[in-house]
Amino acid sequence: MNPDDRKYTEEHEWVKLEDADSRQALVGITDFAQEQLGDIVYFELPEPGSTVAHLGKMGEVESVKSVSDLFSPVSGEVVEVNAALTDNPEVANNDPFGDGWLVRLVMSDPAELDGLMTAADYESYISGLS
Amino acid sequence: MTETNLRTPLYSAHIDLGARTMPFGGWDMPVQYSGILAEVNAVRTRAGVFDVSHMGRLYISGPKATQFLDWVLTGSVQSLAVGRARYCMICNEAGGVIDDTIFYRLAEDRYLLIPNAGNRDAVVAWFHHWIGTKFPGECLIDDRTEATALIALQGPQAVEIMDGLCALDSGEPPSSLRPFAWAEGKLAGDAVFMGRTGYTGEDGFEVSASSDRASAVWQSFLDAGALPCGLGARDVLRLEAGLPLHGHEIDEHTTPVEAGLERFVRFDKDYVGAEVLLRQRDEGTERRLVGLAVPGRSAPRQGYAILREGQNIGRITSGSYSPTLDTSIGMGYVLQGHASPGSTVDLDVRGRITQGQIVPLPFYARPRKKQGH
Repeated sequence: MNPDDRKYTEEHEWVKLEDADSRQALVGITDFAQEQLGDIVYFELPEPGSTVAHLGKMGEVESVKSVSDLFSPVSGEVVEVNAALTDNPEVANNDPFGDGWLVRLVMSDPAELDGLMTAADYESYISGLS
Repeated sequence: MTETNLRTPLYSAHIDLGARTMPFGGWDMPVQYSGILAEVNAVRTRAGVFDVSHMGRLYISGPKATQFLDWVLTGSVQSLAVGRARYCMICNEAGGVIDDTIFYRLAEDRYLLIPNAGNRDAVVAWFHHWIGTKFPGECLIDDRTEATALIALQGPQAVEIMDGLCALDSGEPPSSLRPFAWAEGKLAGDAVFMGRTGYTGEDGFEVSASSDRASAVWQSFLDAGALPCGLGARDVLRLEAGLPLHGHEIDEHTTPVEAGLERFVRFDKDYVGAEVLLRQRDEGTERRLVGLAVPGRSAPRQGYAILREGQNIGRITSGSYSPTLDTSIGMGYVLQGHASPGSTVDLDVRGRITQGQIVPLPFYARPRKKQGH
């Protein structure tokens, strides 16, 4: 269920390296996260051009009932924010690993990926939570 | 310390429907099934069904039942006709709200009262205290919460669904019931008690059945097209309708006058808390409950500070994104002098300052149909 072409955090974000040369990567939340949140109504995301830190707070996600912090799996500079989420935040509910990505960034230290969980690690991590 | 939550007779039905549950008021309750937004929409446009069996069912009877209830309730009991129900508060001596409740007059000296789940024990203890003090041996409390189920059918199609499933013992259809009236009837062959009441801002019924028949009644509503709805949707719906929730807008340190609930308070009878409430009506209160509209989808939440020109003037008690109005809404207390509709306030949303506007309550009122057809 969790694609194995990317890495995962304990805070239920994923990061997928798109291109090793340019260090460009997509960041999003997991299916487990969207399921726990319920209907998502709002994202507060960093502006393009801003920098985010490895496992640092990068924004917030609001569902009808709750507000949660979002953490960046890796450090880098945000180059694009998923504009579709502004009007249709539910895309992150419907397709969290695809069209529901949050930000595109240029990683400053690709070695950070090595410290994150694989899909199999994450799978056993979330099965221990429920 | 281990605490075991109570479960309603419909608990396994909720699990079968894929509900997510959470502890609420001492019960394991469904918070959502298909999703809060879809559930809110169903209630506003079609029909939704809620298990509200966690709410209490207290039967009060005895030769002094009317005098006793008139002593502990803010609303008039003796003026309520048999066959009707009324919403009011149970206050302490300081006018603080122990609970808000609907009570039904079942007979001259017999009543059904519905306290909130988390307040049931406190209400029963409070009632026993006053019966012992003022009406010893003349009132009985029979708590039948755990022997019955309570199911709310709400939405513009609720009346049509009830008429299709149920006949009143009088032979009339449920649609003949006026708002805040109750009747007994048969639903899918089972004896039920129903009131034309609810907590969503929509038309509908609250239906009580014995525990062993609860699943049949619940299933009848689902088969008739009502969407199962959880406490998450219920909270959004009541907030949109400007209805207070105990523990948020009202509590033991808040009075009905501060909460703008004077229309559910009698000022011409003697009862617990009356003195304070009368004084507050005449002299005013320091703070007042208001509605707030906040543009966008980032909602004010309970506890957020309300500011004007940098000064703290109050606090949010409830807030949510409103799918019906597609804006964020909240209720909260502000100091008198800052409560007029139309004025602008600042909200401290986790460190970000967001502007909101004080608006009249309710945020949402359903379109009223003309009487008859």
